[in-house]
Parts: sequence; C-alpha cells; structure tokens
Amino acid sequence: MRIPILKLHNYLLISIQTELDDQTAINFQEDLLREIHTTEATGVVIDLTSVEVIDSFIAKVLGDVVSMSDLMGAKVVLTGIQPAVAMTLIELGIHLQNVPTALDLEQGLLKLHQEMGE
Amino acid sequence: MNSLSYVSIMKEWDIVAARQMGRELSKQIGFGTVDQARITTAISELARNIYLYAGEGQICFEAIKTLDQKGILIIAKDNGPGIKDLSQVMEDGYSTSGGLGAGLPGVRRLMDEFDIETEVGKGTKISTKKWVR
Repeated sequence: MRIPILKLHNYLLISIQTELDDQTAINFQEDLLREIHTTEATGVVIDLTSVEVIDSFIAKVLGDVVSMSDLMGAKVVLTGIQPAVAMTLIELGIHLQNVPTALDLEQGLLKLHQEMGE
Repeated sequence: MNSLSYVSIMKEWDIVAARQMGRELSKQIGFGTVDQARITTAISELARNIYLYAGEGQICFEAIKTLDQKGILIIAKDNGPGIKDLSQVMEDGYSTSGGLGAGLPGVRRLMDEFDIETEVGKGTKISTKKWVR
C-alpha cells in the first residue's frame, strides 16, 4: 500500500485516505523523504481529514517525518486533524509539540507561504 | 448480534484488523464518534503491546449490558513474558520500547474501567470497559 504524493510548484501535497497500518506509515515516511530530495520541494502539506484513528505509533511516525523533513530543509504542515482524533491523542498523552498544524489544506498552504516569507 | 468476537494478534496487520473490528462493534453498540476513536485507539495500543512484547495473543470484544447501561468489554491477553514491575509500567512516561506506544496509562485514560492481571513468565491479561454515555 503506497500513499500518493502530489507535486504542486515547489510543494508536495498528500491526502491520507486509507487506514494507516504500521508498514504503510513507514513506507510513506521513506517515500516522502525521497520525493523531497528528488523534487527539491520546500514545503509539504499532509492532510489528515479522512484519518479516523491516530495511535501512538502513527503519531510518532508523523512527528518524526516532520523533524526529518525539517533536517532536509522542507517545512511540513499537518492539516485537518479531526476533533475526535485531537481529543484522543491528548488523552493518550501525545502532544505532538513542535509539529506545525492548520485547520485545512487551504490554511496549511497559507502557513507554508508565511513561514517561507513568500 | 454476535456479542463475543476476537482477533488473534500474530502479525502487524492484525493490529489493524483488531481496531476495525472494535470500531465496527462500538458503532453497533451506539458509541458516538469521539468514543469510537477512543476505543479504537485503545485497542490499537493494546494490540501493539501484544505484538511488540509477547509476539502473539488475542484481543476479545464483547457487547455488555447492565440494567441501565450498555458498553463494550475489551480483553487483551497473551502468554508472553508478563510485566515485572507493574506500578512502574502504569506510570506516565515509562517505556521500554523507546517511545513506541503511549503505554497503559494512556489506554486507562481513554477507557472507563481498567484491570490488569500479569504474572512473570506466564502472560498478561488486560480487561477494559467503556460505557455509552
């Protein structure tokens, strides 16, 4: 199972539409870093609107991919986290600090523009 | 409705199977979206603990009822190494896997009732309940 990564100008856009198992999440992490490298993208939006469950493992993979992309020089914004997912993550004790987020794809792109001073 | 069902946890994909079954059952029982997410996430954590620490085990689900309440009972059991220091494991922030898994305190917060029996060398059984509000 591979998650499609779309390129738009110097951004990469990802909408996660499938139930994330551990392997799919790990594959996604590798695919995204490779895409950042080959496309020289400077910004990434990962939209989680359709994701109904984020457990500690998926949260760790997402948090890591933000830090890894940051090391490479690409900014990542997570968008569309559902209310139920946000409540569950905090109750579980996962705070995803230092992870940039936005309400939706549109706000996410706006945030990237601002961060890059474009 | 079949009130008792289970998923064997042997490979990584079984974690997904367990949470899908749990979500389906919690929807049938009448839980709202937020509680469905709590229950599904709790199952995911319990199933991953089995997979990581015991290698294999089972997650059982049961729709439960009292006179004025209905809910779900989830039992996670394995014949793995058991837990040596239970009080330490139940502390927030304790992990033997380097931050994989929020651990049992997180699961306890997501659910309403939480009970654990464990014996070193024999295995672990965790029973946890959530009631429809």
